[in-house]
Amino acid sequence: MNSLIEFLSNPNTQWVLTGSILLGFASGLIGSFVLLKKQSLIGDAMAHATLPGVCIAYIISGVKSTPLFLTGAALTGLLATYFIQAIVKHSRIKTDASIGVVLSVFFGIGIVLLTYITKNMGGNQSGLDDFIFGQAASMVRGDIQTIAVGSFLIILFTSLFFKEFKIAVFDPNYAKGLGIPVGLINSILMALVIGVVVVGIQMVGVVLIAALLITPPLAARYWTDRLGLMSFISGIIGALSGVVGTTVSTIGEGLPTGPLIVLVTSALFLLSLLFGKSKGLITRFFISKGVRHT
Amino acid sequence: MNALEIKNISVTYDKQPALEDVTFSVPEGSLTGIIGPNGAGKSTLIKSILRLIPKLSGDVKVYGKPYKEQRKMIGYVPQRSEVDWDFPTNALDVVLMGRYGHIGWLKRPGKKEKQFAMECLEKVGMQDYAKRQISQLSGGQQQRVFLARALAQDAQIYFMDEPFAGVDAATEKAIMNLLQEWKKQGKTVLVVHHDLQTVRDYFDHCLLLNKTPVKFGPTDKVFTYDNLQETYGGALSILTQESTLLQEG
Repeated sequence: MNSLIEFLSNPNTQWVLTGSILLGFASGLIGSFVLLKKQSLIGDAMAHATLPGVCIAYIISGVKSTPLFLTGAALTGLLATYFIQAIVKHSRIKTDASIGVVLSVFFGIGIVLLTYITKNMGGNQSGLDDFIFGQAASMVRGDIQTIAVGSFLIILFTSLFFKEFKIAVFDPNYAKGLGIPVGLINSILMALVIGVVVVGIQMVGVVLIAALLITPPLAARYWTDRLGLMSFISGIIGALSGVVGTTVSTIGEGLPTGPLIVLVTSALFLLSLLFGKSKGLITRFFISKGVRHT
Repeated sequence: MNALEIKNISVTYDKQPALEDVTFSVPEGSLTGIIGPNGAGKSTLIKSILRLIPKLSGDVKVYGKPYKEQRKMIGYVPQRSEVDWDFPTNALDVVLMGRYGHIGWLKRPGKKEKQFAMECLEKVGMQDYAKRQISQLSGGQQQRVFLARALAQDAQIYFMDEPFAGVDAATEKAIMNLLQEWKKQGKTVLVVHHDLQTVRDYFDHCLLLNKTPVKFGPTDKVFTYDNLQETYGGALSILTQESTLLQEG
């Protein structure tokens, strides 16, 4: 207990926790739109595809520089998204298969590059391994600031474009008819998703960051039928997962942060699945019993 | 005065022609049924006019001006099956979407907009369902929510994609009333329609379409056995019913 209080009163920890709360909230918020757009898996592919970008940035520069890593991550993440859409457009391959192919190719290249760096460039010092599962403890103040500012901007933009995202996801054809530039709106949405993935990989890792986009809105859907409330609850669930996962990971030295965050999110999802206000399985069971008795 | 002038619209899907050289002009204040067999390009025609899908060629004029300048005058009621009704929103919210084009970027709909949306729901008899989650509405009620949204848009020309498909009697009546009200207000409506038996009751104009227009004009003149046979080609099973109807009528 004492160690927990000591831990929480440390200013460095407070920074890390603030970062994890903002990141969790941002991904839960934007994740709601991704889920409703049925593009959750594209987020996953994008996340895996950031690994080669991080590695290439290190190979070219030879230094550990967060801004460079994140630029590389964003570039290969975008490239993967482009490939997925191009494959679907120009072949008979469906989206799921296209995502599967692109995800594994990019992640494969990432792992090969990572192994090369570890063997030949003294990669142990580079801290690149941490990008796979995330390591909150290894982050410096600047990394956290990047996460906090990036997440804050993502939350801000999502709130600003809430109405436009809503109509573009619900009824894109009707929105186009109204003269709303649906293509542009979708690009903004995609850019925000890339943003969450890129700022989040250091903390949560490329393998599991997508879970922070997918699971919180899934859980939130069990509590409400309103989009505004759903995305807010989703943000809260993301923030809670972020802060608990990060705390446990930092106290239990060397425990990877990403898997812990995902375990918390999944536990919250399970709770929602069972006890959700309107749709929870157990809630529904009792409602149907109540109806039968009266 | 022509509300709508369509010139030489052609559309292809995967290099297969879906619409070829469609040209017609719709007079202001008319109710037009767009009629033709499956795959005739009826929905494709409205979508290409509304620029939802790319055209190979063609030009659309609205009250004599290019479509782009007149977009605010156009309302659209898509097919019900085009959206995910599990989306977390309620009837009033969907109707409010009809105002998004008027509200502008970054702003939220205010009290006045909500009031107006509520009035639109009332006009289609759905005021009691305003706060109902949309998945809990029946097919006909969902269609009426779409109608209310179109009303909220306050347009001059409306395009409707199969609004009568699979709806109950109350909704059919609501759509009919709305069409008549719009006509009285001088609004122009084009409706993709499947049921040949009701064409004479609903529409004063007809576009018989099978990839290219077979005929366009007032229903009395255009909706004839010969023209229908030309439009539907071999699909005689539908036509046998229809021909008896026509001969009786």
